[in-house]
Amino acid sequence: MSNQIVKGNSAVIIGAMYAGCDCFFGYPITPASEILHEASKYFPMAGRNFVQAESEEASINMVYGGAATGHRVMTASSGPGISLMQEGFTYLAGAELPAVIVDIMRAGPGLGNIGPEQIVKGGGHGNYKNIVLAPNSVQEMCDLTIQAFKLAHKYKNPVVVLADGTLGQMAEPLKFPKKAIKPEIDNSWAVRGNKQTMQNLVTSIFLDFNKLEEFNYKIIEKYKKIAKNEVIVDKYMLDDADIVLISYGISSRIARSAVDKARQKGLKVGLLRPITLSPFPEKEVKKLADKGVIFLSVEMSEGQLLEDIQRIAERKENTYLINRLGGNLIELNDIMNKIYEISGIEIKESNLKHDENNNIKYY
Amino acid sequence: MNEKSFNLSKDNDDLDLKIFKHPDSIYDSFKRKGDANQKSTHYCAGCGHGILHKLIGEVMDDLKIQDRCVMISPVGCAVFAYYYFNCGNVQTAHGRAPAVATGISRAEDNSIVMSYQGDGDLASIGLNETLQAANRGEKIVVFFVNNTVYGMTGGQMAPTTLIGEKTVTCQNGRDPHYAGYPIHMCELINQLEAPAYIERVSLATPNKIKLAKRAIKNALTIQKEGKGYCFIEILAPCPTNIKKNALETENFLEKQMEKEFPLGNFRNRYSQLETIKRPDSDFSREKLDEIFNVDRSDTTNYTYDDNLKTLKIKITGFGGQGVLSAGLIIAQAACSEGKHVSWYPSYGPEQRGGSSNCSIVISGSTIGTPIIDETDILIALNKHSLEKFADDVKKGGIIIYDSSIEGFEAPEGVRAIAVPSVKIAKEYGNSRTSNTALIGVLMELEPILSPQSYENAIKDMFASKPKVIDMNIDVLNAAAKWIKR
Repeated sequence: MSNQIVKGNSAVIIGAMYAGCDCFFGYPITPASEILHEASKYFPMAGRNFVQAESEEASINMVYGGAATGHRVMTASSGPGISLMQEGFTYLAGAELPAVIVDIMRAGPGLGNIGPEQIVKGGGHGNYKNIVLAPNSVQEMCDLTIQAFKLAHKYKNPVVVLADGTLGQMAEPLKFPKKAIKPEIDNSWAVRGNKQTMQNLVTSIFLDFNKLEEFNYKIIEKYKKIAKNEVIVDKYMLDDADIVLISYGISSRIARSAVDKARQKGLKVGLLRPITLSPFPEKEVKKLADKGVIFLSVEMSEGQLLEDIQRIAERKENTYLINRLGGNLIELNDIMNKIYEISGIEIKESNLKHDENNNIKYY
Repeated sequence: MNEKSFNLSKDNDDLDLKIFKHPDSIYDSFKRKGDANQKSTHYCAGCGHGILHKLIGEVMDDLKIQDRCVMISPVGCAVFAYYYFNCGNVQTAHGRAPAVATGISRAEDNSIVMSYQGDGDLASIGLNETLQAANRGEKIVVFFVNNTVYGMTGGQMAPTTLIGEKTVTCQNGRDPHYAGYPIHMCELINQLEAPAYIERVSLATPNKIKLAKRAIKNALTIQKEGKGYCFIEILAPCPTNIKKNALETENFLEKQMEKEFPLGNFRNRYSQLETIKRPDSDFSREKLDEIFNVDRSDTTNYTYDDNLKTLKIKITGFGGQGVLSAGLIIAQAACSEGKHVSWYPSYGPEQRGGSSNCSIVISGSTIGTPIIDETDILIALNKHSLEKFADDVKKGGIIIYDSSIEGFEAPEGVRAIAVPSVKIAKEYGNSRTSNTALIGVLMELEPILSPQSYENAIKDMFASKPKVIDMNIDVLNAAAKWIKR
């Protein structure tokens, strides 16, 4: 069948393989390990390369080496592993290499626990930006992984697919990609150990301050171009909305249910879901801000998303936060109660009796 | 050392030839340097890097491998090795060169990857990458320049600094009670099974330089033939940082370094090893469709049906009771009918025996949260989870549970059905199929999905264990019949 029930983590590998990813380098970490397992199973079946690295530092540097050859390469990790990889992120950005990193987030700080709490705009040193894509379904785990490879190679920049343990563990019908991509390697910059590419150099060191500044402006121009061309948003019931929820990842699924429930009660609530977190959909948020809507940021972090909304809206009034920390999912009724509170309605929905229903537990 | 060294090629006589020209594999002028002086290197007078660069370049020429070579510049004085090597060049982060080399070598099987590293880079910050790449037997050669100090950052103590040797970070000389002992890298790597070639050479005198070139040629021959990992440690002079003149430097190398780090070949498995050939990547859709069992003739698409009420099912029990797989059967059945469906698991840290549950949402339109707030149907496989989750079942909902669970009282307005699922399972299959019996009851009570879809889902689910397919289908239908009666 071309539709199958597939887990989110498996969908990442399916997407990667149809996208022509040639090498997977990874290191085990919950809750991203399943991606590693799937890669070790499926990559060799198609003669592709799989290496279990000795650490996240090694995996991201294997990615750097693979990327330097112009092949499509990737890794996947989570919280502490992503922290270790930041060195590699900044080198990839500095050497302008294309690579895909899947981050199945963990809440922090420290070893923390699973659960979304990380936005990977930069992280390492230097003025660089990753492109960050945030899926909210199994289908998008696959499709956005494919999109990530396209963008990585179009802009020669690292691209992060930012998901979470819930999306990774849940299963939904997956429509398989229509095409399998056979990537063309760009010999104009890749270093492949052959005649055509032997004069190419991959590096990020600039001894001359002026040359480094020049390079910085060059990549800043690139980020501007990305911001202009590559923003993706999902708009749900926004046209007449007075209250706009803004949310990404698994929280946005709960937010969508909240919109449905609020609409049943006659409240004009809509959802703006940034699919690209970087570049952030600034124009869309600004447009809504200028219309005077009330914003409610639904996020599993302490206002990281809200701060972006307030910065773009250029106001703090009528912007609200509903969040949970520690990896706890936000409950539908908590969003509903916040919406009622904002709307000045006196209804109180009660919470689930068993909070632990909501969370996949990892230790 | 304990393995015999031997000649790799019969024309080793050429080692005695005097070479007066730059090798082709080293640029004639160093344009990447970007300054006025493009004929001399950026290295200090008396530095070993220039000698080593030339030796490597000459061997690249001799073996006619220049176009296949990728030189990795580390962090350290050789960060600018790419000014000089006329081949593909990649500059890397501190200590990570062997990992980067791994990436390049895996992606381009035909490339000859050279990881050029100093002692701080290789034996300190990058020790893990060094040992692990060696242990994997990556098809790379590592040139390890040991000059006992961090060069570029200003002569700090390195892992290879000699006992008593003074540096800016051990000003009274390296004291083993505070800073340990020099690390012997060849000896460390010689503990590993995978490496093909390990040798320590010195640049102290012209004769030793000749021997160094022979080792480089041996290692690059192994690379040319793709036979595995090679490690060459080169004892090299750094007169600037050890603060000695030319003669003193030569003495330091021969009398002190070579005493601490004995020269010699530790391993040469050239003649025993075969070429390691890695397969080509298959990018065809046919191959991927075969791997993932994709049937392109099935054009089932999502159906949108506003009249279809959203159904929320929760299955709970112990891990190992088939809770999650029962949920997947329902999800797969819904998927095959083009319905919107989500399956969401939750389980404890125990592999088996801990509590386990999953939520299935089936809908006629896009599903928001996959987490269930109010349960329409609860299927409980043990007493603990039945009692725990019964309160979340909404009025008018159904609870399906095994009849061996005694003393359960359903909440008001909820229909509870005690099913002899274990009995049915044992009669028509075996006790492990009792989860399927409960699905059979669901199939009959809630006609949102067709019996055929459940049967197909069971076939998909157990495709790898065809023996149990019929048994499960029998149990499914027997349970459906039971509830009908």
